[in-house]
Amino acid sequence: MLTFVLSELAPGNFFDEMKLNPQISAETIAGLKARYALDQPLYVRYARWVESLAHGEMGFSFAYDTEAMPLIWSRAKNTLLLTITAMMIAWMLAILAGVWSATRVGRAGDRVCVATSSVLLSVPELVVALLLLVLAVKTRAFPVGGMVGLDHDTLGAGAKLRDLVWHLAIPAAVLVIGAFPILFRHVRASMMEVMQAPFIRAARSHGIHGRTLVFRQALPAAANPLISLFGMSLAGLLSGSLLVEVITGWPGLGPLVLEAIMGRDFYVVIGTVMLSTLFLVGGTLVADMALVAFDPRIRTDG
Amino acid sequence: MMKQKTRVWLAGIFLGMLHVCVLFAGFFAPYNPAAQNRDLPYAPPSKIHFVDPSGRFHARPFVHPTIPDPENYDAYLEDKTHNCPVRLLVRGDSYAIGGVFHSNLHLFGVEEPNRILLMGTDAYGRDQLSRLVFGGQISLTAGLVAAILSLGLGLLLGAISGYYGGWFDESAMRVTELFMALPWIYLLLAIRAFLPLQVSPVQAFLLIVCVIGVVGWTRPARLIRGSVLSAKERGYVLVARGFGGSDWYLLRRHILPEMTGILLTQAAILVPQYILAEATLSFLGLGLGEPTPSWGNMLAALQQYKVISSCWWMFAPAVTLVIISGAYFVLSDSLHRLESASNQQ
Repeated sequence: MLTFVLSELAPGNFFDEMKLNPQISAETIAGLKARYALDQPLYVRYARWVESLAHGEMGFSFAYDTEAMPLIWSRAKNTLLLTITAMMIAWMLAILAGVWSATRVGRAGDRVCVATSSVLLSVPELVVALLLLVLAVKTRAFPVGGMVGLDHDTLGAGAKLRDLVWHLAIPAAVLVIGAFPILFRHVRASMMEVMQAPFIRAARSHGIHGRTLVFRQALPAAANPLISLFGMSLAGLLSGSLLVEVITGWPGLGPLVLEAIMGRDFYVVIGTVMLSTLFLVGGTLVADMALVAFDPRIRTDG
Repeated sequence: MMKQKTRVWLAGIFLGMLHVCVLFAGFFAPYNPAAQNRDLPYAPPSKIHFVDPSGRFHARPFVHPTIPDPENYDAYLEDKTHNCPVRLLVRGDSYAIGGVFHSNLHLFGVEEPNRILLMGTDAYGRDQLSRLVFGGQISLTAGLVAAILSLGLGLLLGAISGYYGGWFDESAMRVTELFMALPWIYLLLAIRAFLPLQVSPVQAFLLIVCVIGVVGWTRPARLIRGSVLSAKERGYVLVARGFGGSDWYLLRRHILPEMTGILLTQAAILVPQYILAEATLSFLGLGLGEPTPSWGNMLAALQQYKVISSCWWMFAPAVTLVIISGAYFVLSDSLHRLESASNQQ
């Protein structure tokens, strides 16, 4: 498992090296270049960059004239706030709806759920975001853009929270709508499979019914594929919301990286890609470990 | 069983018709997509009438010309004094189909200089319907070509890995893991970031297609590798090998035909993803720029408050995207079910 992570990290650096392509040197003034050591050959800069990485830094942002790492991290926190909220809501909804659907396959409620998820599945995120934005603009019930209102600093603690939640609603809803159908389908499929297993029939004949049967017996047995899926959700925490952030004006990593690309602020781009790759690898790792912890059938040795 | 096949056919025919529409964009679109009309920015769609202001019924539908409201900035009125009957097969702006066949015949239109604006106009008064149809040329082709690129790469590398195994297999699979670990949208953006920002539309198009196509080769490659692995152990393949069939013969004659199902299903999944990827890049301003229409850069207009709040017809590309991805979803779902049904037999 360790080699897996290592093999993923090592070529990741190679990619970054490729991205250090010194196209920017033609556009930057010589003085600035010297300051950021851009006039050095590629391998020198790469070495220095790796060295700074070892110190926990990630180079410099030219546009913001600060170190890239704190900048990225401050934005990443906003992104995480948004995506973690959305992920939790989506998972809760998906598990509830999926379990409910799987216990009544073929009946009206199940059909409605499946049809809804199919429709949602074919509506692209871009369109969902735009539609919700229109809704927000038309009804004026939700603010558009930014993370907090203009008067945020003057508000009390309770009102501050409310303000934040209000701003969070639209981007989070887009993400939930995007993630829900996929999660729902997986939950439903794996629950359906388990509900037909002999041990469920045995449990039924022992007189275990209703909620106890579904949540104590069936759900844990159906959890394995879901844990892998959860790892994927974790992995996408930083990278999944770029478009939504840009459209709804959430000040997360998305707008930052877009700006950095336009402005050729490449240490920021590299840093962001690195960080989200780290999350991807980390998420997969966490999922694998959770799977081992959860299911005694999976062994790490041999 | 029959039902799935019907669904595949229906979705396939629908998508085929869309592609024909887009291929003959010049014919189906009433105007040149780049022709501006600065007097009519953000004009709403023309209403189709059958009954004129005097109450008389016309069998041939007509529109009133759209004119700016003299009292109200940004508002439009219908010029009720003129009736412009909608005619089929009219002569208008000239266009070329596939760069070879020139014509100026359009499916429908009204007498010049009046204009019929079935989907309104954009900021420069360009006909939204024409832009939608021409934009489809870019968006749909981008999706198809990128998918072919991905599947081609996937088929080639997957087949070699699965068939020969060994060090090539090992390294190819490590590379797919690497590609899968990278967040694809950031990867796209990063690649785009280190390529020149100002490029001609044709170059930009090729660039986007290549980037999108190359990023997505991993999943088909892994699927194909897996099924080549199982296919090469089948009885008839082993027999053919026993009779002295060469590697190339075995692959071509016995193994690759097995892959058609996977390829088709993957294509139906990938094409809409790629259409969306192109739209996303263009939406963010990293894809195709003006004046070439694409669904992504048409949607980019919605980033303005005025447009998103009052110009509902600017959502046409979004609706089209939903319809297309819906059709592809039906297609891939049914193909997948057909495939798993035939595997079970």
